[in-house]
Amino acid sequence: MNTKMSSKQYEEYIKDKLPKPKYLKNCIAAFIVGGFICDVAQFISNITKSYGFNKEAVSAITAISMVFLGAFLTGIGIYDRIGRFAGAGSIVPITGFANSIVSPAMEFKREGFIFGVGAKMFVLAGPVLVYGISASIIIGIIHYLLGK
Amino acid sequence: MPGKRLGKQTLRLSSPPSMISNASIVGPKEGEGPLAIYFDQVLKDDYFGEESWEKAESKMLKEVVKNAIKSSGRSNTNINFMFAGDLLNQIVSSSFAARELQIPFVGLYGACSTMAESICMGSIMLDGGFADAVVCATSSHFSSAERQYRFPLEQGVQRPPVAQWTVTGAGAAVLAEAGNGPYITHVTIGKVLDFGVKDANNMGAAMAPAAVDTITAHLNETGRSPLYYDLIITGDLGNIGKAITLDMMQKEGFEIDKVYNDCGSMIFDGAKQDTYAGGSGCGCSAVVLNGYIAKEIKKGNLNRVLLVATGALLSPITTWQGESIPSIAHAVAIEKTIGEGA
Amino acid sequence: MNYLKAFITGGALCVIGQLLMDHTKLTPSRVLVIFVTAGVILQGLGIYQILVDFGGAGATTPLTGFGYSLAEGAMKGVKEAGILGAFTGGLKAAAGGIAGAIFFGYIMALLFNPKSKK
Repeated sequence: MNTKMSSKQYEEYIKDKLPKPKYLKNCIAAFIVGGFICDVAQFISNITKSYGFNKEAVSAITAISMVFLGAFLTGIGIYDRIGRFAGAGSIVPITGFANSIVSPAMEFKREGFIFGVGAKMFVLAGPVLVYGISASIIIGIIHYLLGK
Repeated sequence: MPGKRLGKQTLRLSSPPSMISNASIVGPKEGEGPLAIYFDQVLKDDYFGEESWEKAESKMLKEVVKNAIKSSGRSNTNINFMFAGDLLNQIVSSSFAARELQIPFVGLYGACSTMAESICMGSIMLDGGFADAVVCATSSHFSSAERQYRFPLEQGVQRPPVAQWTVTGAGAAVLAEAGNGPYITHVTIGKVLDFGVKDANNMGAAMAPAAVDTITAHLNETGRSPLYYDLIITGDLGNIGKAITLDMMQKEGFEIDKVYNDCGSMIFDGAKQDTYAGGSGCGCSAVVLNGYIAKEIKKGNLNRVLLVATGALLSPITTWQGESIPSIAHAVAIEKTIGEGA
Repeated sequence: MNYLKAFITGGALCVIGQLLMDHTKLTPSRVLVIFVTAGVILQGLGIYQILVDFGGAGATTPLTGFGYSLAEGAMKGVKEAGILGAFTGGLKAAAGGIAGAIFFGYIMALLFNPKSKK
């Protein structure tokens, strides 16, 4: 063919032919679903507090409960439907973290429980743990050095 | 042999083989689409009685090959060669199907261009007098492809509007040296083109230049005008790639809009089926060719078709390494009768 | 009243994630890494606490909140155990969530099969 285009030129050329995501609808959906999930967590927190647990216990119990919810909804096949609508509203909360662990674990069951379920659990969540924990160690070290 | 190669990419077959039988199987979603009545078999679910999606896909491929051979009136033992490929790593869907069929097997990888690629190679084999009959097949499966290339199915992700839906489907065609058409008269082998698209969700835009390159090569090298054909159909450019192709072909000096369509655009009803930009996958062009096009040619509604199947030659690793998506398109000219055009 | 504040805070953080996903080439996994790291850094600077005090679960549930608890844990660990605490503190604070995710993940994978998409 005769038309020669560089990558940049092609990118410019196709720009107006690509449908854009429904930005406003996506943001509203993310806001509503994300807000709702956080309210569920708030509810659990409030109940746990009223039973007299201390701050750390409340935080741990809420985290474990939200993770269970995310895992269960993924298991029964609902979480992906929520995600289609909610986008970041279901990805950003900790339930989304649970979903990113459970979905590959379920998917790779066919490949066995060690190399399938066991190994693939962290295929999406791994980076979150690596960067989160490493960053916290660095912050801890800095804190220690500044405190001296 | 002199005179058989027209230009750089197109071959004119001197004894055009006939496409004597076809078979197609699709999954439930395709069976709810606009072309549902054209497919031979629609599965109730995408496991096809198997334990995994990969096994289901391989079974689909095996079954269409068996069905196409059965309708050809031949048996496994007098089909000389099998040309097949698919999207899975190491083309296991095809190899494991071939294991059951025991036909001398040539495995191909052209991503979603495999239907045309397999017919190209099968036709050349027949025209060269190396075989009496061959079977050409390919398959794809939504779930096995998503798992390999993109996200686990239960993960809550949003698909962007440019995304396409991998077709769950398998198609096979038996080509024979003796027959009464429809004939494979020309094949055009594509070159790999890369216009720098990096977004693995934006396949249509990535593959369009390859389609344009192959179509223009075919038309220039055969000297035919687009209107020589009743239908010029690309494999799986989807709605977006289709629009880009139409526009780029115009820039090349060819008006194809009267005869142009795309298998990915045809196989799903985007509005009702939530398939965004349309269908994709090897199975897309395979089931449309072996279902819709074959039956329409038999009915007399189509006489000359140029099938241009398109493939994106990326892997998940190349995407992570920041590479763009190289693509290829192969074309086969299918004509009900021979001898009328150049 | 704290339900409204949690809703607004959580919703706003999710909108930021949505804007990143829609307007940039960042994939969901990359967005999550940015969020968790941002949470760690912001709490390291003491800033994220303001959001937590206002929004409660609206600040702790999004993944920035996970980073927040990792940072809190590391700093507390340093106070109690010196430099060793930098290593043990973060993971200790997040232990419940991580252990739960692994354990429940395994159970769900045992019990359920992925469903084909319609």
